[in-house]
Order: sequence, then structure tokens, then C-alpha cells
Amino acid sequence: MSNIQRRLRKEKIAKIVMQLSGISITGSLFLIIGTILYKGLPYLSWEMISQTPKGGFYIGKEGGILNAILGSIYLATLSTLLATLIGIPIAIYLDVYVKSKSFFARCCKLLFDVLFGIPSIVYGAIAFSIMVWLGIRASLLGGVITITLLTIPIVVRTIDELLKTIPVDLKNVTFSMGTTRWETARMLLKYIKPGIFTAILLAFGRAIGDVAGVLLTTGFSDNLPKYLDEPTATLPLAIFFQLSSPVPEVQGRAYASALVLTFIILVIVICTHILASKQKKHKI
Amino acid sequence: MDWRLIKDRIVKYTFAFLLFIALGMVLLIFVGLTGKSLPLLQNEPIGQILTESVWSPLKGNFGFLPFIMGTVWVTFISLLIAVPLCTLASAYLVEYASEHLRRLVLPLMNVLAAIPPVLYGVWGVLFVVPVLSRYVAPMFGIDSSGYSVFAGGIVLAVMIFPIMISIMVQVLQTIPQDLKSASLSLGATKWETITKVVLVKARPGLIAAVVLGISRAFGETIAVLMVCGNVPQIPKSLFDAGYPIPALIANNFGEMMSIPLYDSALMFAALLLFVIIFGFNLISRLILNRLEGKN
Repeated sequence: MSNIQRRLRKEKIAKIVMQLSGISITGSLFLIIGTILYKGLPYLSWEMISQTPKGGFYIGKEGGILNAILGSIYLATLSTLLATLIGIPIAIYLDVYVKSKSFFARCCKLLFDVLFGIPSIVYGAIAFSIMVWLGIRASLLGGVITITLLTIPIVVRTIDELLKTIPVDLKNVTFSMGTTRWETARMLLKYIKPGIFTAILLAFGRAIGDVAGVLLTTGFSDNLPKYLDEPTATLPLAIFFQLSSPVPEVQGRAYASALVLTFIILVIVICTHILASKQKKHKI
Repeated sequence: MDWRLIKDRIVKYTFAFLLFIALGMVLLIFVGLTGKSLPLLQNEPIGQILTESVWSPLKGNFGFLPFIMGTVWVTFISLLIAVPLCTLASAYLVEYASEHLRRLVLPLMNVLAAIPPVLYGVWGVLFVVPVLSRYVAPMFGIDSSGYSVFAGGIVLAVMIFPIMISIMVQVLQTIPQDLKSASLSLGATKWETITKVVLVKARPGLIAAVVLGISRAFGETIAVLMVCGNVPQIPKSLFDAGYPIPALIANNFGEMMSIPLYDSALMFAALLLFVIIFGFNLISRLILNRLEGKN
């Protein structure tokens, strides 16, 4: 075989190998969702998602996981709200009040990038020891604080990326008309509004799915959460606990709970995608 | 003074305050973890803690080696799977795939990134573990429950796919078209161009992507905890159970209060994770920032 034929054959093989690796990576997503769907669907029932655990729930008797669903939604909503209220001002400060190319701003952004990668178990561990030190028991409040800390970097980095896409001229034009920085910032916020929702959804998705952070700080409870200082069940933790049970019915419920969580996450992802494509359309 | 200026000033100080609180957290985490792990460090030299392999808190033995080795095993296995697959797939997406396919695959990667760790864990328990124990282990003539570092590695590999793919695609897209054209016009095939020009030029960015993947794999807790078996031993083969550091922290926090130095040991584990991941993230972000600055 001549040299060129050998090289072309190599090219063909390489292409197939690359396609296969692409397929296996994309396929893993469908494999995960498929597995959960296949195992969870038979156990999913209206009773599951509309009731709190009754007596003997953990040995396979009646009840549902409403407490965990609601707990997770409360936790994620509160912490996303807090993270947005803290994160957006920080991003604005780093972009409008400080020169965004300055050493200080770049250092801060780098630090948020790094914080973004710190695993939630570290946040959970430190929050847990602070709570022990202050004498607070595991509660919704503890979980909210931990998850807020976890999601602030996400909000800051996403908003910062959005602010970067705004033409510098726009900022300069408003400044030259005599606005204060705060007034400019408000104008910029209006400009990136759809993007802000994307950031919020991203943070919400991370908040609702996290386990390691809430494992140590939020505790678990069979009741619906009423006050901030009560232990609260969360959906991921409910999945984790039920899955480690030896009773088949309870394990089945874990699969169904996983399906519920998958569904919530998929809704969030689809909303994010729609918002993001809207944002692109309105770009100048 | 003008009311507008006063408002501007108020907003400025509030925002700065929020920033310093958020950044103060880093310091708080570091100081808090160090302070908490001091009792253990005073009790034993750090070298001994890291290299000793006996873990029996009741007797006051805190050897971290099994956990470090557990973490190293799962991370290494996940990289062995993820790095070649992701490099090849992202090279394909950038160099061969149509715009249409790219727009189809990259959002799917976002979905994969959005899936919570616990669902990966569920998938690991329902799919990876049974497949390993029923089909893969018998092929090697080994009897295994499937709960092993291999299962942990596979689950982690899938978890780090999205971050590696998205960064690798970004990095590969920055390679100048001129370089590729030059190589192609000299008669190189596309594959030769990829291996000898594109991947060489993109090396720092690819390394940064891999390092980010490593730090993600290092800190992942719940998914690994669910599939690794959690036996405090040094894994000797793929099918041995392992006990990575994050799983150690998550599993033992409830009971640590009653045993002296236990909480200190767990805090030391958290400190170890924090320092390593902080360092890894910092390095790769610096590389990526520099690359971004160049373009």
C-alpha cells in the first residue's frame, strides 16, 4: 500500500474513532436519563408527589415525598434569591464602579472563578462547624446560608460574562450624558435582563440539586417545612436515603424521586435554553 | 451635594461591602478549617498523617493514606476515560462537524452539566455497578460486588465530560485558521493537522481543561460515595472498593462529636480538599485567562 493510501486510511479510522467518542459522550446523557426513566416510571404515582411520609413510610408503607419536594423548592428559592441580591451588585461593582480591566477587578473575578470550583462538601463542612460553634441546629436557615455561598460565584460569573457583551460605547455614551454610575448600572441591568434570568435559573438548578452542602446543614424531617429554624427534607437527600434502604418499595420510591428531580432539572434547562436564544436575538 | 451623587455613593459602598463579605468567605473558610484541624496537626506531624494507612478513630489513629489513595484512584480512572474521549470529541466538533451538529451537541452538554450529582449516583448504582459486577468483572475472572473505584471512576468521568468538552471546544476554536491552512496546504491530512498542529498549539488550554476536570473529580462527594463501596483500604485493583476523601467527610460528620480529635481529622480532610482544589483551579484559570487575553 502506498504512503498516501495509508495516511488516508488513518484519517478515515481517526474520524470514526472521533465520531464514536462523540457519540459515547452524548450517549451517556441519554443513558442516564433513560436509566432513571426506565426504573422510576413504574413507581411514580400521584400519591408519591402529593403526600408527606406517613407512619412506616421507610419500611415501604404509605406516603409520599411532598415534604422533600417542597423543602428543596423553598431552599433553592430562598438561596437563589439571596445569591442574586448579593451577586448582581458584586458583578456591577466590578464592572461599573471599578475599572473592569484593573488588577483588582481581575483578581476578584479570578477568585470567584476559583470559588466556583470549590466543592460543596467544603462549604458544608465549614458551615456545619460554624453552626456547631454558634449552637444552631441543622435547619432550613443553615442550608440556605450554605447554598447561598455556593451559588454566589455562579451568579457573579454569569452576570459578569453578560456585562462583557455590552458594547463599551453604550456605557461611555450614558456617562457622557452626565449620568452617575448607579444610573448607568441600572441601564445596563435593563439591557441584560433576559440574561439575568438565565443566571438565576443556573443558580436555582445548582441549588436544588446539591446534596453535600445540605447533608450536614439542613438535616431531614418528615414534616412540611414551616419555619426557618426547623430541619427540612430536601429532594436529593431523600433520594440518597431511600436508595440506601434495603426495602424494595422504598428503593423504588428513590427511583421515582430521582425521576421527579430529573424532571425539575430538565424544565430548568429548557427554560434557560429558550431565554438564552431570546437574548441572542435581541443583540445589537 | 446632589441627591443623585449621594445615592451613587451609597450604592457604591453597599456594593463594595457585599464584595468584601463574599471574598472574606475564602479567608474565613481557610482560617476556619486550619484552626479546626490544628489539634490533629499538633498531635501528629503532617507527614505521618498523610502517609499512615491505619484509620481507627476510636484508637486515635488517623492515617489518611487510604483516603488519599482512594481519591487518586477514582480521579485517575476518570481521567483515563474522559481525557481521550473529550479531546477526540471536541476536535471532531471543532474541525469536522457542521455548525448544525455543534449547535445540537453543545446544549446537550449543558444538560449533562446541569444534572445534579445525586442523579449521577443513582445512575451509577442502577447501571454502572450492576454492569460491572455482572459482565465486566467476570470477564477478568474476578468476583466483585461492583461497588468499586472503577465504578466511581466511570461515574466521575461522565460528570467531568461537560466541563472538559465546553472548555476544550472553546480552546480549539481559538487556534488560528492560518496555521491549519498552512498545514493542509503542505499536504497533511486533516487528522495529521489535528495531531501535529492543532493539539500542539492548544496544549496549554487543554491542560487547563484537564486540570479543571481533575479538581471537579477531586471534590465530588455524593455520587462517588454511592458507588465506591466506602471501605477504608488502599485499593489494589480496579474492582476493589475505595473510600475517597469527600465521602469520608460526608459519611462521618454525624458521629464525630463524641470521639476526641475526630472532628479535627475531618476538618483536616476538608482543608486538604480546599487547598488542593483551590490551587488546581487557580492554575488552570490563570492559563485560560492568559489565553483569552492573547486573543
